[in-house]
Amino acid sequence: MIARLFEGLPLRTVVLLGLLLVLMLIAPLFAGDYLLTILILILYFAYVGQAWNIMMGFAGQLSLGHALYVGLGAYTAAALYVYFGIGPWIGLLAAIPVAALAGAFIGYLAFRFRVGGVYFAILTIAVAEFARIGFDHLSLTGGSAGLFLPVAQYARNDLWQLRGHPVMFYYVLLAATALALVGCRALLQSRIGYFWLAIREDEEAARSLGIDTFHYKMVAVVISAGMTSFAGVIYAFYYNNLFPEQVFPISRSVEIILAPIIGGVGTLVGPILGAFVFEFISEGLRSLLSWFGVEAPGIKQVFLGAMLLVVVVAMPEGVWPWLARKLGLSGERT
Amino acid sequence: MSALLAVDGVSKRFRGLVAVDRVSFAVPQGAIFAVIGPNGAGKTTLFNMIAGVFAPDGGGITFGGGGIDGLPPDQICRRGIGRTFQIVRPFPALTVEDNVIVGALLHRRHVAEARARTQEVLRRLDLYDKRAQRASALTLPDRKRLEVARALATDPKMLLLDEVMAGLRPTETDRMVTILKQLNRETGLTILLIEHVMQAVMALAARILVLHHGAAIAEGTPEEVVRDPAVIHSYLGAEAIA
Repeated sequence: MIARLFEGLPLRTVVLLGLLLVLMLIAPLFAGDYLLTILILILYFAYVGQAWNIMMGFAGQLSLGHALYVGLGAYTAAALYVYFGIGPWIGLLAAIPVAALAGAFIGYLAFRFRVGGVYFAILTIAVAEFARIGFDHLSLTGGSAGLFLPVAQYARNDLWQLRGHPVMFYYVLLAATALALVGCRALLQSRIGYFWLAIREDEEAARSLGIDTFHYKMVAVVISAGMTSFAGVIYAFYYNNLFPEQVFPISRSVEIILAPIIGGVGTLVGPILGAFVFEFISEGLRSLLSWFGVEAPGIKQVFLGAMLLVVVVAMPEGVWPWLARKLGLSGERT
Repeated sequence: MSALLAVDGVSKRFRGLVAVDRVSFAVPQGAIFAVIGPNGAGKTTLFNMIAGVFAPDGGGITFGGGGIDGLPPDQICRRGIGRTFQIVRPFPALTVEDNVIVGALLHRRHVAEARARTQEVLRRLDLYDKRAQRASALTLPDRKRLEVARALATDPKMLLLDEVMAGLRPTETDRMVTILKQLNRETGLTILLIEHVMQAVMALAARILVLHHGAAIAEGTPEEVVRDPAVIHSYLGAEAIA
């Protein structure tokens, strides 16, 4: 099992990933609050990007509404905590099925009635928008006025209740990102992974080989949605406040797909590398500007747009496939 | 020999046009059977009804003793019919080996078992040396053989080949004929070909059904079919004059 995870990987790639992990593990010892915040964002985007990638990168189903699953996870866990005092890890056991069910609903509608491609993407946007408007009017979770988690100064980090210093969130997200990478590689190397790739490449040909494409596309959506909801739980307990206008809008969904698109759709390293690249470059340029005394609100989005343009034109497969070729790191299923 | 595939009076209409008109034939277990006909004869429509792309308007299709007409393509494949596409549809970004592994995984739980089966199939189809190439990098003859390899990897009882010779040069056609003959002889695999190229069919098929304007006009051994006046008139005759 363990040996299989490294199968087909050049040694250098394994070593580099190991080095990155060690670096990430000790980073909080050196990083200040600002850098730590950036690193948390990077891990967040690497994780949700990996989850989104299962649907688009593996099974070829474009979702532009992944904020829905983040939001459902966040609201479910937060509401359970605020109203019933149920901790986030137990809340997660509710958040995952809620998000997975929403994914199954969208998947069923789309795949049962052969809604594909762009129309599928529009459907995912539509449901996320429904959720945004719905939660705006749902008084149970505070409506547009927001849902707030009680905040206090904690003497020590409480991992079980996810109350404490950002460093704790950093390590939780680091573990989640590492697990997601390992899990996704295992999926991609298994039977279902081959079937997903076949569906992505040519659905009709996949069906002719006996693959029940409806079933496997449903599995992809459900896993992706369930995985994404965990990021929502972390989001809720990290920020301690939830507003539908901030959690569900399409701009959030677009944010989620940037890391895998920049890093390489359908690759495993792509979402992680992409998150580093886009966060470091856009945030780096922004702070450079502010160091020169230029404060331009929204400039980060401009940098993101420019970066996306460069990647799409210069390396349409993403940064990772290009980098891997340059450095001789390419292997099977990276 | 009992019939593995029995097509019984199937018809298909597209609006006013009768594409296939009450066609019947039976493919015995272990046979190589061909359906030929000029362009527009209804070959592909007939093929698509067997492959589950669309259901017949009338008549029935049985395979291995059970009715299969109206089943979706994936279920047809699971019943034991492996098909190819006339216009090849490999999974372009996957390697040749991974393309075939997808097929081999239909009846195998583990990738390692599927890989073992895949290597066998690739050797048989002369693709073993190209297994690490992306399918998108293959030439047309190689892609055609990849189609057959992928279908073969699903362990079918019958191969359903849609104009698998179309677009091949004579030497490539001969290679394909040899491979298919070997497959049939050594593994007892039943093969149903739908072909436009007459030459390949003559060398390969034990029995031939001739379609014209959607209807079956002749059936028999290759020798019988080429001597049939109706066939000469509608098919060979038309080509001979042109």
